[in-house]
Amino acid sequence: MTDSKYFTTTKKGEIFELKSELNSDKKEKKKEAVKKVIASMTVGKDVSALFPDVVNCMQTDNLELKKLVYLYLMNYAKSQPDMAIMAVNTFVKDCEDSNPLIRALAVRTMGCIRVDKITEYLCEPLRKCLKDEDPYVRKTAAVCVAKLYDISPSMVEDQGFLDQLKDLLSDSNPMVVANAVAALSEINEASVSGHPLVEMNAPTINKLLTALNECTEWGQVFILDALSNYSPRDAREAHSVCERITPRLAHANAAVVLSAVKVLMKLMEMLSDETELVGTLSRKLAPPLVTLLSAEPEVQYVALRNINLVVQKRPDILKHEMKVFFVKYNDPIYVKLEKLDIMIRLASQANIAQVLGELKEYATEVDVDFVRKAVRAIGRCAIKVEPSAERCVSTLLELIQTKVNYVVQEAIVVIKDIFRKYPNKYESIISTLCENLDTLDEPEARASMVWIVGEYAERIDNADELLDSFLEGFHDENAQVQLQLLTAVVKLFLKRPADTQELVQHVLSLATQDSDNPDLRDRGFIYWRLLSTDPAAAKEVVLADKPLISEETDLLEPTLLDELICHISSLASVYHKPPTAFVEGRGAGVRKSLPARGTVSEDTQPQLQTVIPNQESLIGDLLSMDIGGPPAPAAPAAPASNLDLLAGGLDVLLGGPEPAATATTATGSATGLLGDIFGAVPPASYVPPKQCWLPADKGKGLEIWGTFTRQNGQMRMEMTFTNKAMQAMSGFAIQLNKNSFGVFPGGALAVGALAPGAAADAPLALAAAGPVQRMDPLNNLQVAVKNNIDVFYFACLIPAHILFTEDGQLDKRVFLTTWKEIPAANEVQHTISNVLGTADSIAQKMTLNNIFTIAKRNVEGQDMLYQSLKLTNNIWVLLELKLQPGNPEATLSLKSRTVEVATCIFQAYEAIIKS
Amino acid sequence: MIGGLFVYNHKGEVLISRVYRDDIGRNAVDAFRVNVIHARQQVRSPVTNIARTSFFHIKRANIWLAAVTKQNVNAAMVFEFLLKIIDVMQSYFGKISEENIKNNFVLIYELLDEILDFGYPQNSDTGVLKTFITQQGIKSASKEEQAQITSQVTGQIGWRREGIKYRRNELFLDVLEYVNLLMSPQGQVLSAHVAGKVVMKSYLSGMPECKFGINDKIVMEAKGKGNGGISGNTDSDPARSGKPVVVIDDCQFHQCVKLSKFETEHSISFIPPDGEFELMRYRTTKDISLPFRVIPLVREVGRTKMEVKVVLKSNFKPSLLGQKIEVKIPTPLNTSGVQLICLKGKAKYKASENAIVWKIKRMAGMKETQLSAEIELLETDTKKKWTRPPISMGFEVPFAPSGFKVRYLKVFEPKLNYSDHDVIKWVRYIGRSGLYETRC
Repeated sequence: MTDSKYFTTTKKGEIFELKSELNSDKKEKKKEAVKKVIASMTVGKDVSALFPDVVNCMQTDNLELKKLVYLYLMNYAKSQPDMAIMAVNTFVKDCEDSNPLIRALAVRTMGCIRVDKITEYLCEPLRKCLKDEDPYVRKTAAVCVAKLYDISPSMVEDQGFLDQLKDLLSDSNPMVVANAVAALSEINEASVSGHPLVEMNAPTINKLLTALNECTEWGQVFILDALSNYSPRDAREAHSVCERITPRLAHANAAVVLSAVKVLMKLMEMLSDETELVGTLSRKLAPPLVTLLSAEPEVQYVALRNINLVVQKRPDILKHEMKVFFVKYNDPIYVKLEKLDIMIRLASQANIAQVLGELKEYATEVDVDFVRKAVRAIGRCAIKVEPSAERCVSTLLELIQTKVNYVVQEAIVVIKDIFRKYPNKYESIISTLCENLDTLDEPEARASMVWIVGEYAERIDNADELLDSFLEGFHDENAQVQLQLLTAVVKLFLKRPADTQELVQHVLSLATQDSDNPDLRDRGFIYWRLLSTDPAAAKEVVLADKPLISEETDLLEPTLLDELICHISSLASVYHKPPTAFVEGRGAGVRKSLPARGTVSEDTQPQLQTVIPNQESLIGDLLSMDIGGPPAPAAPAAPASNLDLLAGGLDVLLGGPEPAATATTATGSATGLLGDIFGAVPPASYVPPKQCWLPADKGKGLEIWGTFTRQNGQMRMEMTFTNKAMQAMSGFAIQLNKNSFGVFPGGALAVGALAPGAAADAPLALAAAGPVQRMDPLNNLQVAVKNNIDVFYFACLIPAHILFTEDGQLDKRVFLTTWKEIPAANEVQHTISNVLGTADSIAQKMTLNNIFTIAKRNVEGQDMLYQSLKLTNNIWVLLELKLQPGNPEATLSLKSRTVEVATCIFQAYEAIIKS
Repeated sequence: MIGGLFVYNHKGEVLISRVYRDDIGRNAVDAFRVNVIHARQQVRSPVTNIARTSFFHIKRANIWLAAVTKQNVNAAMVFEFLLKIIDVMQSYFGKISEENIKNNFVLIYELLDEILDFGYPQNSDTGVLKTFITQQGIKSASKEEQAQITSQVTGQIGWRREGIKYRRNELFLDVLEYVNLLMSPQGQVLSAHVAGKVVMKSYLSGMPECKFGINDKIVMEAKGKGNGGISGNTDSDPARSGKPVVVIDDCQFHQCVKLSKFETEHSISFIPPDGEFELMRYRTTKDISLPFRVIPLVREVGRTKMEVKVVLKSNFKPSLLGQKIEVKIPTPLNTSGVQLICLKGKAKYKASENAIVWKIKRMAGMKETQLSAEIELLETDTKKKWTRPPISMGFEVPFAPSGFKVRYLKVFEPKLNYSDHDVIKWVRYIGRSGLYETRC
């Protein structure tokens, strides 16, 4: 007899028929009917109408039937809360059953029914079950506490379930311990206050480590994951935890192994590198990581993503294991691509010959993505391992000879980087490259080729002809190529001014007169001015030395890497994104970081400026490099289907409430204009109340109160000096220390002598192009004020909004592309409470402070404002404000390439909104 | 943790859907179907993020098994768990197929309820599950029996029940090794490793404690140290005893093995589950004796003809026999005809596989044979060069290519009256080809 027949009934009046069957006297028939109901439920049919009839079947001795009814209940109770009450009695009765399996089943199911009235009745049975004599019931009850916390955190805290759960950590049964740990970890991460509700201490950890040896594989994962959140008090404790965890590396379950790796990697941070243990651990970590590569491909994928992190953090661990990352012919593509990534990371002088041999092999495979990546990898090797550069270049040349279109294009892109790294070394191959000019059809490859021609214009005899041929179709080129063409022709002109004057004029007029692209126009005008006013200066600018190119590519930013190391084995480590980037709300948990090193060595040396070339970057060129903000609005907005779903439906902006959006911007800019014209009349921008910066007792009688303002594009420090001393003060002067935004006094301090008891206003104009030094917090400003008595030092915080410039308004499309281009890792969220006013009034208020509203829309009753601003140091910041009418809480999301500015911008934003 | 589990057939119809968490709605079922199963471009990763919801999937024989979550779950655990579910289902009703899943959907729901609670995996050992999830309806079990079930599900030795009795105490050990090789056309070993496992079938009474000894270098050294006393040069010890040792890069054990004991004493001790299970897995890379060597010679004669010669050498004791030998030589897509001559076995051109398949039933050690083929090609105008996939081969040999040896397996059962000597033990070594490839 099979169950598949239950799937096949599609007659009319089916529900009616099922109803009568459910109410049949015969047990068998009843059971059959319930099975049919479940089958319909599975395929998505609505069978909620049968609720009372199914619930009637609940009271039965037949465990199988009972489970089916419970399954039904879990699905439909929420839609029929009133009727679900009918089930409560049976649940409560089942929780007292003599059979532990039934007791557990009842408490497990009850926890899954999210109906308030049922939850009320859950507490008593749950309390009993947590103390049940049978471990099976206790382990089920432990998980049920987590379920209850998900429904009602306050109930769990008020009813003392946390303490009971904590007690279970000392249970005699390892599985109970494991489930209790899992539940506690979840509750801790979800805790409303943001603080863990239950702290782990050394004795608990000890119990966990003991249970670790005895529980199931899954239990071991729970325990290890919980251990990874614990920070031992000192190196000694870390040492002993390490020793007790290392045996887990030999477990057959990859999750156990990876979770153990996570704990060990974290604890190794606490031990100083010289200790013997770190060496031993590094040696012990390699084999299990390698073994993971013989697991099922899906597990391999997770392992490889994590190995990628481990290799970045501790390159030594796997440096001898290059061979295991060689790609196998029938590896799935996702495994191949990941292996390739790790191969590049492990490439060194010792193994480069083998690696190159492999890469060359891969470059002839079938899968286009894989081949491209392999070609790119060859280029990376050339840059990373200097002695191999020559071999790499010749390999690339061989590949170019194959004439396979995408191989050639990819090769040219990487050769451009090789030229940058080793100038004046491989130019002999330029002629070969030029032969392939016609076949290039991808913008990146074309742009790279144009860059090469421009850079080596003096060695390519027909450089002018080549560039001229590109100019014919100038308007059809991608913006990236157009920009390169412009620069290349100017370079050519500077190198061979005699015969290329016509060409340069042609390209300048193309760029400045016939183009709609503001970046192109701007660059064109800059060149034009430079060339017409001071050709020597132009030479200095355009032909200047380029910054070094970085050896490593696609390295994760160190703080992100450290955070991800704490998330080894989890989804975050697979995505290489912090959990906040893909988990909503409180589930994301507290941001994790590695423990501080045992031996702290402050690295204060300024780092050499390098650029990390990546796929999207424009070709590094001085002009495009200095722009710290988002790159040019390169591509026209992508078609909606291409949109990253994560970006949160911004696409509506494009087609949706267009008129409304333009209306807001129009009014916004209109007031801005008015403000400019009438100067004095308009409502002023937000000025924070004055604060006491220097109290009289510290200033030998001089008291300074002050604040910052910005009016008509001018930043000011508004100070009031009060003389509380007995003698007169004179000879005031002020100096500002180097700071993050390069703010410096734009004039002298206009305060004369100050009689005892007198006060004077001391406005100081500020400019923002001074020397820069990173401060902590970022907006910290250290001030020294001098008078005839002494020099006084104090520090104050610059409210970020005075740094917002008047030209911070982005075009709607540019906003959209930029928002998408900035990786999700660079998104920060902030909740503002007690928000007053409507979206419109807020937008208006923000415009006054140079936070420009790009668009506004309404989604499911929520008002969304999209705003942009630009800081004086050219950092662009994109904002999204989520408002719910009637809810005083608003969520502000921020995206920027330089996400460090977030905190001070949030502060300023909040201050403005509440002003 | 896991928010829900869905099973789909190849058309994307849902066969099983079980939601564990409130944050997963019914629309998740459709999201996966639309964005992964029916995706226009084949999805290139087993993990997919759709609108802040993550999907993990594995596909087995036309069946998609997907786990979904909105949290930062342990990804390795989710995949291991999905694989485990496949295991459990297979041991309950055999092959994973649409029909079997539909036929057993009530059972599957019952299993899913048991092995996953609020998204947390619970005991998923088939042996244990089968004691209380039977689909025959639990006969009103006595109180003792119920207690036994629950203590077993949660117990320290969750993989074995008490009170097992056999008239004949017997155990079988299979040492199964898969040799993986990637060789360059010139005969240089690019990479080689052995992935081995020890599968044990135990039919033993009571709760026997077993101790398992192998010729692992570290174990032997530790032993040498123990016997040799104070300052013996440990490196030369195994050599002195004249017994070959195997250098194990890494090994992993079934959950019954006491890992902490292995770490400290290098001894493998355990109480085995009843019946068949995988005791250990290991990997070696040093001193592998490669049972076969393939020497390819490919010559392209003009645009329409190719000549291939493949020499096959067996490289083990002449007294042993290799079996199920199969060499697969890929041919270009535009092959129109193939003439074959082989000295041993049978060779055939299989157009559907784009390869010449050469099969030899048996071959003794230290022998050599060869195949030559003339491949005629259709003239094509595609400029794309044919990239030669490697020649792969399969075989089975009756020894362990890594040199792995079982030294002993001792059984102690203090409560019952049988001793180690009364247990009948069988050991067998099998070496098989993993991915055994030679580039040409």
